Amino acid sequence: MTALSALIRRDIKIALRVGGGALIGVLFFLTVVVLMPFALGPDLALLSRLGPAILWLGALLASLLTLDRLFMADHEDGSLDLITMSRTPLELACAAKALAHWLAAGLPLVVAAPVLGLLLNLDMAATGAVALTLLAGTPALTFTGMIGAALAVTLHRGGLLMAVLVLPLSIPVLIFGVAASQAAITGPLSFGAPFSILCALTLVSLVIGPFAAAASLKHGLD
Amino acid sequence: MSLIDLANPTRFLALSARVLPWLVAATIILLAIGLYQSATAPDDYQQGATVKIMFIHVPNAWLSMFVWGVMSVASLGTLVWRHPLADVAAKAAAPIGAAFTFLALLTGSLWGRPMWGTYWEWDARLTSVLILFLMYLGLMALWRAVEDPSRAARAAAVLTLVGALNLPIIKFSVDWWNTLHQPASVMRMGGSTLDKAFLIPLLVMAVAFTLLFVTLHLAAMRNEILRRRVRSLQMMQAGRKAA
Amino acid sequence: MNRLVPGQMQLSGRGVTCVRSGREVFSGLDFEVASGAAVAVVGRNGSGKTSLLRLIAGLLIPAGGTIVLDGGDADMTLPEQCHYLGHRDALKPALSVAENLSFWADFLGGKRFDAAASLAAVGLDHAADLPASFLSAGQRRRLSLARLLTVRRPVWLLDEPTTALDAAGQEMFGGLMRGHLAGGGMIIAATHGPLGIEARELRIGGTA
Repeated sequence: MTALSALIRRDIKIALRVGGGALIGVLFFLTVVVLMPFALGPDLALLSRLGPAILWLGALLASLLTLDRLFMADHEDGSLDLITMSRTPLELACAAKALAHWLAAGLPLVVAAPVLGLLLNLDMAATGAVALTLLAGTPALTFTGMIGAALAVTLHRGGLLMAVLVLPLSIPVLIFGVAASQAAITGPLSFGAPFSILCALTLVSLVIGPFAAAASLKHGLD
Repeated sequence: MSLIDLANPTRFLALSARVLPWLVAATIILLAIGLYQSATAPDDYQQGATVKIMFIHVPNAWLSMFVWGVMSVASLGTLVWRHPLADVAAKAAAPIGAAFTFLALLTGSLWGRPMWGTYWEWDARLTSVLILFLMYLGLMALWRAVEDPSRAARAAAVLTLVGALNLPIIKFSVDWWNTLHQPASVMRMGGSTLDKAFLIPLLVMAVAFTLLFVTLHLAAMRNEILRRRVRSLQMMQAGRKAA
Repeated sequence: MNRLVPGQMQLSGRGVTCVRSGREVFSGLDFEVASGAAVAVVGRNGSGKTSLLRLIAGLLIPAGGTIVLDGGDADMTLPEQCHYLGHRDALKPALSVAENLSFWADFLGGKRFDAAASLAAVGLDHAADLPASFLSAGQRRRLSLARLLTVRRPVWLLDEPTTALDAAGQEMFGGLMRGHLAGGGMIIAATHGPLGIEARELRIGGTA
């Protein structure tokens, strides 16, 4: 347990210090959301109808963008070798790294969402629904994205390839995240059903993500 | 006093230490006068008491652009004249400019609330300021991303100047985009129709806020110089011959 | 220095074969290292010195043969009883020197020795609170060595450990290695130059 909490604390510290990129994700999120009205037009009725989808897409892209370096930095400086050798199972170490990443980069997106909701003319209830679905759904984005980050280390390729690999995997999360938010705003479906599925997806990804990432890292060692 | 005198950081620290108390005093006095005048200004026949937000909003909006101008001059100083204090000035100004821009946005949206019924309207002016805010944040992220300040300085200077050239284009595009989508339905505070009862407090507030910026900027520059000194002392300590 | 293990340990490889990207680097390699002994792995570039160390560390999977540690902690696998000091120092520039060291001590677990004393032993006590980004290459290497002292493990796998170290640093490092061997540890080092301690030579990949 000490080992995992040490790893989490280290990763959060690095993300928040100078040179760490935790808050750049939020800035990217903000920029993507601000760009939308320029493409769609400033019609507030339209924007508030599309608001949940815009916020979800923005959060999806922002969380993916910052995931790129999740394992790459540790791989480049040799830390990953020592983590692999240690008594801590690699699966748990992966989960700890993903959790730290979510706390430093995913949670700020959830916090920023209500402010951005204001720009898109979402009312209180809609903003709350989007923030709640993001809170439930962004861990799934981080934990599935982690698989891509691990593959990026294995393949020595980052960036766009990772995005192409991971984006299809996050489609279910996007579907039920937006569906739950829309249900809370307009209906006719109930909020409960899609939201439960979203939570289930997150729980599944919490299990699958670390195992897949660890397997990928183990096979990619050289 | 010339630029050469200021070029020496030690001289700058000594000089700014002498000037700062006077600046602080002047800022406080002018702000007090401006706030008093704003508070006692008459209500607008259309907007009622909300018009008073203007006395805070307009100076902030003016400074949001003025600070970028200051940073652009400082960036020229970095790239062309290689003035040793130029990148300190540019770096210190960015967070202050971002804060003024944020306040302009905040007061703008509070002011817009009774007009529009929502906190945010994709009004051409507010939208331009929002983009300016994003550019400030990007610039700050750039300063933060590179650990060695002298290396970040050139990149930031280029970005600042490109931003300065781009800002009018962005402003024009946003205006065009906005009018394309909706005829001007939002409020227009025509500058020329402004009554004297509003104009004088507004001017006082504008000067007061500018002084506030100069004060904060000088203080931030001093901090930045000291921070860099601590950094080089630490590096010297790290390089000390191991026993 | 405290003894690491009560009894005698022996690390032995039998018929170890290494294949990298379809190419056989070496095959049928036998080696033995006992407590208190050091082995210097020598060979030309590309002969598989680093690969051998990574095989022992469990970071590569042998294409054939076995590597076993007799007499070690029965609860732990071989890699968990090894320290691997690779080309890269496993340091985070954003963290301070002390933070880097205490992270590895916490993460690697096991019995923990005084971090401040380890830093003093490698000559970095004056820089404990400074960011690791301020360190020179030699100082970074010293900080990696402090890791080996703070968390004690019987097997040290060292890949070109003396690169970037100055003469004083190499002398200090020689002392650390002698202390480790005297405590019953063992060292396997890949090296081109002199290691600075008495070591048996293990030549791989034939003669250059």
